[in-house]
Amino acid sequence: MSFIKNLNQESIVLAITVVMFALASLLLPGFFSANNLVAIVRSVSVLGILALGMAMIIIGRGIDLSMVAIMAMSVACYLQMLNSGMGEGSALVLALAGVLAIGLINGVLVAYADVPAIFVTLASSSFVFGFVRSQLINTDAVPVPSGHWVEILGGMRFMSIPVEVFLFAGLALATFLFLRYSKWGRYVYYAGDNPEAARNSGMPVRPMMVLRYVISALIAFIAGILTASSLHSINTRIVNSNLLYDIVLITVIGGIGLSGGKGGVRNVLFGAALIGIMLNAMTIIDIPLLYQNLIKAGILLGAIIVDGILNPRDEQTAQQGDI
Amino acid sequence: MNIIKTLMAATAALTISSAALVTQVAAAGDPAPQIYAKAMEGKRIMLVPMAMGFDLAQGWAAILKREVDAFGGIFETRDPNWSVEAGAQAITEAIASENKPDVLIVMSPDMNSYSKLMKRAQKAGIYVILVDNPANFKADAYVGSDWTQLGRLEAEAVVKGCGPDSSKKIGLVQGDQVNATSLFQYAGIMEVLAKYPEFEVVAKPDSNWDATTSRNVTTTMLQQNPDICGIIDFWDGDASGAAAAIRDAGKQDDVFLVTTGGGEKTADCDLIEDGTYGAVVMTDLAQETHNMVAIIKYLLQSGQPAGTSAPYIYTLLKATTKDNLKPDSCWDLAALQAEAAGE
Repeated sequence: MSFIKNLNQESIVLAITVVMFALASLLLPGFFSANNLVAIVRSVSVLGILALGMAMIIIGRGIDLSMVAIMAMSVACYLQMLNSGMGEGSALVLALAGVLAIGLINGVLVAYADVPAIFVTLASSSFVFGFVRSQLINTDAVPVPSGHWVEILGGMRFMSIPVEVFLFAGLALATFLFLRYSKWGRYVYYAGDNPEAARNSGMPVRPMMVLRYVISALIAFIAGILTASSLHSINTRIVNSNLLYDIVLITVIGGIGLSGGKGGVRNVLFGAALIGIMLNAMTIIDIPLLYQNLIKAGILLGAIIVDGILNPRDEQTAQQGDI
Repeated sequence: MNIIKTLMAATAALTISSAALVTQVAAAGDPAPQIYAKAMEGKRIMLVPMAMGFDLAQGWAAILKREVDAFGGIFETRDPNWSVEAGAQAITEAIASENKPDVLIVMSPDMNSYSKLMKRAQKAGIYVILVDNPANFKADAYVGSDWTQLGRLEAEAVVKGCGPDSSKKIGLVQGDQVNATSLFQYAGIMEVLAKYPEFEVVAKPDSNWDATTSRNVTTTMLQQNPDICGIIDFWDGDASGAAAAIRDAGKQDDVFLVTTGGGEKTADCDLIEDGTYGAVVMTDLAQETHNMVAIIKYLLQSGQPAGTSAPYIYTLLKATTKDNLKPDSCWDLAALQAEAAGE
């Protein structure tokens, strides 16, 4: 019984992941091969990187719905400037300045103007997309100039493993170290768990919040560069896709509570592993996309329900400000 | 003297009458331009594509604007930016507005979403032209591709690209399971492949028109079937993903990638030239747009009520490969936009 008592969403997801991995390895020819395993990790790398940024925000009791817009539009802008003949240095500086500015605006509005994060980032997402799409670029898809470093990055391999896998691993490690061992990283949990208490005990709650939105904007830019490097172009249509929901899905399914203060990098990795294995197995079996979405949603719903039964909410855990 | 006087008078009369005759001929000149101008001037033409941000829509808009301006009409576009709801709203507002469009050109996102709305538009006296995407609706004209035929051409191209000595294994990267362009394309491909029983479709995942998804499913497909000789991706908007997967697997020379698109230079011809695509079944965009223009001119002068006839004006399709690639095989969006901006 104590085993079941200790079961939380994280261990449920881990168990489902392990079972699916074992089943797929046994039943699907070609699943358990080095190449396919690398492909699985790679297919969720960009998603995982974005989820790392999202996790940091959610642990601090916020949410960033502008990540996908920042990811697509900043890189589209950068490539457009290059294509129209601007120098590498100034194009990169301008693009990064834009990314920092949006992160700062998000952070300041949430931290100092006390506007709920969900509204601020929803609005800034639309603004970033609308402004860049209407004023700065003239098509949905912006190609990478041939021979540019972004294109070369996409072809880079170490031990025949794509570079984005290493970047995902590196960023995961960095996020882990930040959250686990740095003072400000620990503060993220305190501020997420109980912002008032954190402020009363003298933590710089507001500046920290601004910093988190800036970091998540920068992470989005990195994810965008990786996407462009692989596809040799960036398509801004991705802003309308369900990528944003997938980011939240990976974060939440791994067990990071939307109410903040809980979870870590490990949860993101579990969530990413589950989604990666599931999508890969379903593609091998040739399940149509409609059913794939249904199955994906079903598993998420199942995990949430089981978590709700095993860890019921009460007056103490249900806090004001829950999303 | 009298004779001279009479002669002079006669000459004068003759001159005057012949002058009158000349003016009369000029006035009786070709009446057609006036009829044309009366029917066309000030008419509103509205284009509602799925989004304004991709090559086809921008190509249509550039040529339509030039033509509509030339006959003194008013050309407008609406940009739903891939949102079905925003498109529906644009059409609803167009029907309700005081300055109703006279001709509505709609690119439908699927078979059914706009059917009722377009019927309402016709009831309000607006001619509705469907462009590129078929729908369950009797439009005043459908201008665009025969998607089944497009699928057939893709299949022929991939069979030829694979060759008789290949593995004869083909992969499909479909769009989705609701869009007519995807469903009909699939039907056309399977119809042709039935004639080549030795060819086999080993996988047919959906990309949902997204390049990253296309890359991921193609990567899996190539790992499961390393000897695939050809892949058909259902749209050049996401085929960059399939191309990336083939490139990553180092199989550029082994896998013949076929796709379809609007024939824009950077989207299609440049990529045929550098070997990314083996073949692209292209729509002749200029021809397609001029077909629309002809239909618009006909409808506005016909006097027939909206919804009278429902012709299909299919655009000529052609599979372009490196072998038949010519400098004018594609059109150049940047040049077209620069030209439009210059005017």
